[in-house]
Amino acid sequence: MGILIHNGGFLSTIQDAGIIGHQQYGVSICGAIDKRSFNIANILVDNAENEAAIEITILGPSIEFNKSNVIAITGADLSPMINGEPIQMYRAILVNMGDVLSFGAPKTGCRSYISFSGGIGVKPFLGSSSTYIRAKLGGFNGRKLDKGDIISFKAPNTNVKNINKRQTDKEDFGDTKRIIRVVMGPQEDYFTESGIHTFLNTTYKVSNMFDRMGCRLEGEVIEHITDGNIVSDGIPLGAIQVPSNGVPIILLADRQSVGGYTKIAAICTVDLPFIAQAKAGDEFMFKSISVQEAIKLLRDEREALDALRVELDKDYFAAKPYNFKVSVDGRQFEVLVEELGQ
Amino acid sequence: MDIVKFLPAGDSAITVEFGREISKELNKKVHALNIIIKERDISGIIETVPTFRSLLVYYNSLILDYDDIIKILKEMMDKIETISLPPPKIIELPVLYGGEEGPDLDYVAQYHNISSEDVIKIHTATNYLIYCLGFTPGFPIMGGLSPDIATPRLKTPRTVLPANSVGIGGNQTGAYPIESPGGWQIIGRMPIKLFDPDRENPILLSAGMYVRFFSINHEEYNSIKAQVEQGTYEYKMNDMEV
Repeated sequence: MGILIHNGGFLSTIQDAGIIGHQQYGVSICGAIDKRSFNIANILVDNAENEAAIEITILGPSIEFNKSNVIAITGADLSPMINGEPIQMYRAILVNMGDVLSFGAPKTGCRSYISFSGGIGVKPFLGSSSTYIRAKLGGFNGRKLDKGDIISFKAPNTNVKNINKRQTDKEDFGDTKRIIRVVMGPQEDYFTESGIHTFLNTTYKVSNMFDRMGCRLEGEVIEHITDGNIVSDGIPLGAIQVPSNGVPIILLADRQSVGGYTKIAAICTVDLPFIAQAKAGDEFMFKSISVQEAIKLLRDEREALDALRVELDKDYFAAKPYNFKVSVDGRQFEVLVEELGQ
Repeated sequence: MDIVKFLPAGDSAITVEFGREISKELNKKVHALNIIIKERDISGIIETVPTFRSLLVYYNSLILDYDDIIKILKEMMDKIETISLPPPKIIELPVLYGGEEGPDLDYVAQYHNISSEDVIKIHTATNYLIYCLGFTPGFPIMGGLSPDIATPRLKTPRTVLPANSVGIGGNQTGAYPIESPGGWQIIGRMPIKLFDPDRENPILLSAGMYVRFFSINHEEYNSIKAQVEQGTYEYKMNDMEV
């Protein structure tokens, strides 16, 4: 028992933290592209941070619940509704059996995450619930969700602790012009000084060609010393590849594990959500920071996520229990009434 | 002599670069470091991707500083010359050449003005080193193809190639583990599965292994295929005598 898909939307797939440990065999990591929004969605429903969720894109799905559960929706604002009524994002929401979750006009951002308390059940591929679209493996039958698909809840829980208080600030992905922080390299030395200068001082626009594998940019051509080819090597998440034509491509979750184009820089983990949320026409300017600074940002974000969970899980106590003396048929009783933390 | 470089690849990975060309010597070093990392099993090193001449090391930067991971890797590098690498494995893979399974075999032969039998003879005569796996799960990127049968890719790639098709693309040879589009000259097909998600080891090959193809006929193809389906086929894998 769980959910029935009435309409799959544009691209809805089951994702978790990804298929870890198998890039050496040519297996792409996949997984949620905006990890921060994905993690927050899970924390809001009291799940382990990397529990499988549904990643939706631009036009969301229509989902009927045939079992009650608690959900949360984070990331892009794709106008989520239950039974046609708008619902709040970034908060735990009780959904009743028979309710239909659907989405309207995409307002900001590109990808949104729907988490389900207790998680959703799919056959794991190499230990992960993520969908490896290119290989047609993992997730729900290796593909995007479609009409008629049924997904079961692993451990639905309508009694999530502090449900009414499980909310947090919505992250605003409405900024369509951003500065994106990067760590330079590993093939920085394949570019001319002029090329590096261009890269760090030009506004690049997201083209129409973007998907889970990568995001092609448009803008001033970046100059190589010779050309954009290298003997193929490993590609980290968020790498910015520049082939010989000088036009950068940002590589994302479904990227191939190895490739033969020069990589001028890689996007800092904390700024990857902005790439995940980008749509055609959005503009970026790149700013170089050191690895150490990037790692500090990563650690600060980790602290904030941990603090969020602690905050949401805290115990709420009534100031004092109420003390009543009650007289019934001449007999005296003492009654203690305690308010529950709901 | 190439000097090893430790290059940050974002904030959560390091490229250990041994050189910039394709050579067996450089590749051995990549594998030596990879083996040392696996043996040491350091908490904080998440996974590695060995390629031709570099090793990409993904690390957990929540628990390891940049300086920490560099220090760890440098210490391991000191051991690289002294560790004795286990002999590489060589696996023999059966191929049904030509016909429906290898529609481009005749073209490759004509391109080189030799017979199809000669193409098969040359293709099966080399032990190919797998430099790395990439592009799709289990796809072997191999070196050693004889220039006598190296043939340019198709001008128009096919949209669908059956899994386990064996081909030649430029001066590379290899096989497609899963059904995918492809531009290589397809000269044969294997009855074994390079990739099987239901198998205990879903991916048959690994970087650092050698591959040698051998020619089989239709009967053998069907027989091996049946054994593979039943899970009874024994792969011919041995230590290579170097």
